[in-house]
Amino acid sequence: MNGAADMGGMHGFGAVEPEPNEPAFHADWEKRIFALNNAAGMSDIWNLDTFRATRESIPPPEYLALSYYGLWVASLERLMVEFGVATAAEIAAGRSLQSTQPIGHKASAAETANFIVNGAPYDRPAKSPARFKVGDKVRARNIHPRTHTRLPRYVRGHVGVVVRLHGCHVFPDSHALGVGEDPQWLYAVRFDGSDLWGTDGDPTSKVSVDAFEPYLEPA
Amino acid sequence: MQLRVRALETILTEKGYVDPAALDVWVETYEQKVGPRNGAHVVAKAWSDPDYRKWLFEDATAAVESLGYGGSKGTNLVALENTPTVHNMVVCTLCSCYPWSVLGLPPVWYKSAPYRSRAVADPRGVLRDFGIELPKDTEIRVWDSTSEVRYLVVPVRPTGTEGWSEDRLADLVTRDSMIGTGLATQPEQAGK
Repeated sequence: MNGAADMGGMHGFGAVEPEPNEPAFHADWEKRIFALNNAAGMSDIWNLDTFRATRESIPPPEYLALSYYGLWVASLERLMVEFGVATAAEIAAGRSLQSTQPIGHKASAAETANFIVNGAPYDRPAKSPARFKVGDKVRARNIHPRTHTRLPRYVRGHVGVVVRLHGCHVFPDSHALGVGEDPQWLYAVRFDGSDLWGTDGDPTSKVSVDAFEPYLEPA
Repeated sequence: MQLRVRALETILTEKGYVDPAALDVWVETYEQKVGPRNGAHVVAKAWSDPDYRKWLFEDATAAVESLGYGGSKGTNLVALENTPTVHNMVVCTLCSCYPWSVLGLPPVWYKSAPYRSRAVADPRGVLRDFGIELPKDTEIRVWDSTSEVRYLVVPVRPTGTEGWSEDRLADLVTRDSMIGTGLATQPEQAGK
């Protein structure tokens, strides 16, 4: 969706401000929401792509006013209501008002430690050969889905070159909708800065995105 | 925010969705155990061992796992080689994708609008915010992390470090140099 999250190329946000000796977290609540989202993400009720889709569907004025972990709080509140984990009244009350049978899996500390070490790979066996190869010219489709996509606006309609095949991966656009993994070939596609940004771009820059096959057409 | 988060934690715990001990594992791991020292070890090894370097650029996932750094947000890893003429820089314009297994959690600036909006359109301007000015003809390759593939930049090894041990080299490898918003520390600056 064309939400506030898709901000590549926007103006007006000011300078990047690095923080010397930055701590991992800046407040106790940041630690808690970080852990809660990751733990809830292991419950199999929603997935990483649902989480991202929920976060980017927060209305732009609210999205832009929230800090990064503030967005995680707003996303978890929405996901819990949407998936029937809690009611809006319970979230407002700050406690459970009705006892319900948990609908997902509760990950133990041992499972969590194991998950952190082993991860959850997103690559999948290919069911068909890749349509494109390294060196092929491809155009990023001019698509504007109202649902989750990982094709940023700033490359849509532009022609780039395939520089890498990443294999076949879970397709976020489908996965976020809860209709299965729908694995697709994934490519790194490189664009010239001058093509993307015209004379306002940097002619010495190249920008690549990881693009799933359905995002691309031959050029 | 403190109250809103406490509400969510209370509900999820009361209803049996999350185990408090598992929450502690998440916090402890990323606050204390996993951080850019992992990536610095990988880079220092690539600087000192040509076979490892070759392997890292061919199959970063396996090469990094061989050092014991696998897992969450690093299961499909790609290493990018900086040279005197090519400078790689990583961003996630859509959210905050970052190679947790080798760099830990991303800094606030990486997840913030100024970096996400400008890195793809004005990479040299962003580098100037970090005090970096690259030669005019250096090619800058920005990698927008829009999938579950994760990118690790291998900075150029500073001159004057011939014969240094891996441990000593690792001290020159800054987190920002592995994102591409910095360079490795020069030996004369080390320890300052």
